[in-house]
Amino acid sequence: MDSYLELSHVTIDFPTPNGPFRALDKIKLSIDQGEFISLIGHSGCGKSTVLNIIAGLHQATEGGVILNGKEVSEPGPDRAVVFQNHSLLPWMTAYENVELAVKQVFKGKKKKEEMKEWIEHNLELVHMSHAMDKRPDELSGGMKQRVGIARALSMEPKVMLMDEPFGALDALTRAHMQDSLMEIQTELNNTVIMITHDVDEAVLLSDRIVMMTNGPAATIGEILKVDLERPRDRLALAEVPEYNHYRAEVVRFLHERYKNPESEQETDSGSNSETATASAEKPATQNKQENEEDTPVLYAVND
Amino acid sequence: MTTQILKNFSGLHNILIEPFLRIFTGPNKAEEINKLMKAIVTPLVALGIFLLLWSAGASQIKTSLGAVPGPSQVWEQAVNLLDEHKEERQKEAAFYERQEKRNAKKLAANPDATVKIRSYTGKPTYIDQIWTSIYTVMTGFLIASLIAIPVGILCGLSPLIYTALNPLIQIFKPVSPLAWLPIVMMIVSAVYVSDDPMFDKSYLNSAITVTLCCLWPTIINTTVGVNSIDKDLINVSKVLRLTWLTKVFKIVIPSSIPMMFAGLRVSLGIGWMVLIAAEMLAQNPGLGKFVWDEFQNGSSNSLARIMVAVFTIGLVGFLLDRLMLMLQKSISWDKSAVIR
Ligand SMILES: Nc1ncnc2c1ncn2[C@@H]1O[C@H](COP(=O)(O)OP(=O)(O)OP(=O)(O)O)[C@@H](O)[C@H]1O
Ligand SMILES: [Mg+2]
Repeated sequence: MDSYLELSHVTIDFPTPNGPFRALDKIKLSIDQGEFISLIGHSGCGKSTVLNIIAGLHQATEGGVILNGKEVSEPGPDRAVVFQNHSLLPWMTAYENVELAVKQVFKGKKKKEEMKEWIEHNLELVHMSHAMDKRPDELSGGMKQRVGIARALSMEPKVMLMDEPFGALDALTRAHMQDSLMEIQTELNNTVIMITHDVDEAVLLSDRIVMMTNGPAATIGEILKVDLERPRDRLALAEVPEYNHYRAEVVRFLHERYKNPESEQETDSGSNSETATASAEKPATQNKQENEEDTPVLYAVND
Repeated sequence: MTTQILKNFSGLHNILIEPFLRIFTGPNKAEEINKLMKAIVTPLVALGIFLLLWSAGASQIKTSLGAVPGPSQVWEQAVNLLDEHKEERQKEAAFYERQEKRNAKKLAANPDATVKIRSYTGKPTYIDQIWTSIYTVMTGFLIASLIAIPVGILCGLSPLIYTALNPLIQIFKPVSPLAWLPIVMMIVSAVYVSDDPMFDKSYLNSAITVTLCCLWPTIINTTVGVNSIDKDLINVSKVLRLTWLTKVFKIVIPSSIPMMFAGLRVSLGIGWMVLIAAEMLAQNPGLGKFVWDEFQNGSSNSLARIMVAVFTIGLVGFLLDRLMLMLQKSISWDKSAVIR
């Protein structure tokens, strides 16, 4: 197979006091260059873990990730990460935060002047030129997230990994950010893998939506190809029947076939057995507490 | 430049001046005046009660050196000590003036004459002792910080180093300065042999003892601070493949500065207490020696003078802590953080 990014039989066991905990089981996925992939699934199923393995921050117990013909073994700037909580360095201005990444990636390749231009260009892309010299505590949530995206873009990564990048934003800002992201992605043709809890966001942005089964030993339940023409417009799409069809598919997957692990018990008998694949057995009761810690709510219609 | 200085002093500025300003700028003048009165009057009342109790209680107790001095006697001695200092300075000035005159005469008679200026060897005054102590504690504290911060950072970053050093740190931390002192004195006199010593041995003894006691809080706090860096920021540095040094300077140090300073302030406080004890025990110049000398001297003024020293030690300790606070404020990136 010569796809751009290849996850082959990725399995991971976390060591816990009660023996190893299998979070992911034999994940298989090939992604083409320039593709926009969304990862969706219930809280705690292992989405962040998948992303961290691709980023190289976690090591798969079995299987591995191959990017452009090379196996991924450690983190690196070719796989830029946009973290869920922006993760800007609070003691640096927006400009300096991007600068840190640019200096690291283009040391010796760009001259000082070119670097400055490049940093400013990337901040411009996310419409943050006006607040370059502000520190994160002087920026709003959406602005911080935009700087985080600018930092990731500035590294000219082969793959952008985004962990719920807009999860903490209000609906309006989020819509605005989604539009900017689509614009940038059309322009630069980045390969993007984005985790989301938001069904509309997934359908609007993605070429394919990867739906994950509930953990433990989560795997890919279904992959939905979104064949909507680009550029996409959120208002126009609301009228398009295919859009609503895709939306319904995802919602059906999440709410019927792999329902929220917390509501599993009372409606167990009603669950759809014919669609259950081998890896989608009922979650073991032992893991129920795991999931209780984070709120297993699906933010389908946020705010 | 001046604005920078003003900013650095804003801590004091806030406490001392702002309440007054607010009387004029605040929306509710009566309330502001009321608040100000409370802020000033309450501590004053407490101080007054303290002085009353002190003077009432003091006269009840007779010691071998007479009655325990009350506030007024202590004040008197404070003034005395200051006067003695001024007198000594005048003597010193006069001493040098005489020498200069003599030398000038000599040179006028014979231009090739070799002239010498001998230095004045008077008894150190109370003020001199204060400066000696401050100078010594700062030296010890500085050496300790230069060792403790890097060690703390290493311990925080590397579990291996932490596991290796932790038992040593835990064992040395509770050791009293009085136990260190004899060892330090013996080692310094064995190792520091020189015909023309740059530092007094006594100065080194005190400073090193202070260092030994100042190390631990800074190491422990820095370790905790480095250890509790946001995991996401560490992930950022991994994704960027920052070099070790860049990581330390751009991420580790800035994020552990608050804990580092908490440790430094505890260290300096301990160092100051340790120094006074060490000076008393080893008869090294400084406030501790002053206290001990007065105690041995046993004149009728001694107790009052020792009490002056007690207040001085407290005041200097307080000022040293404020100094660290100001330093922290000027270094800290988060100017809005409430630091106390
Ligand atoms: N370092 C770890 N050690 C042990 N277990 C872990 C570790 N990291 C994650 N897990 C477990 O792996 C599972 C998947 O976690 P992960 O963070 O990937 O979920 P997620 O899908 O991103 O959830 P959310 O949507 O809430 O962010 C969870 O059950 C979690 O408890
Ligand atoms: Mg997650």
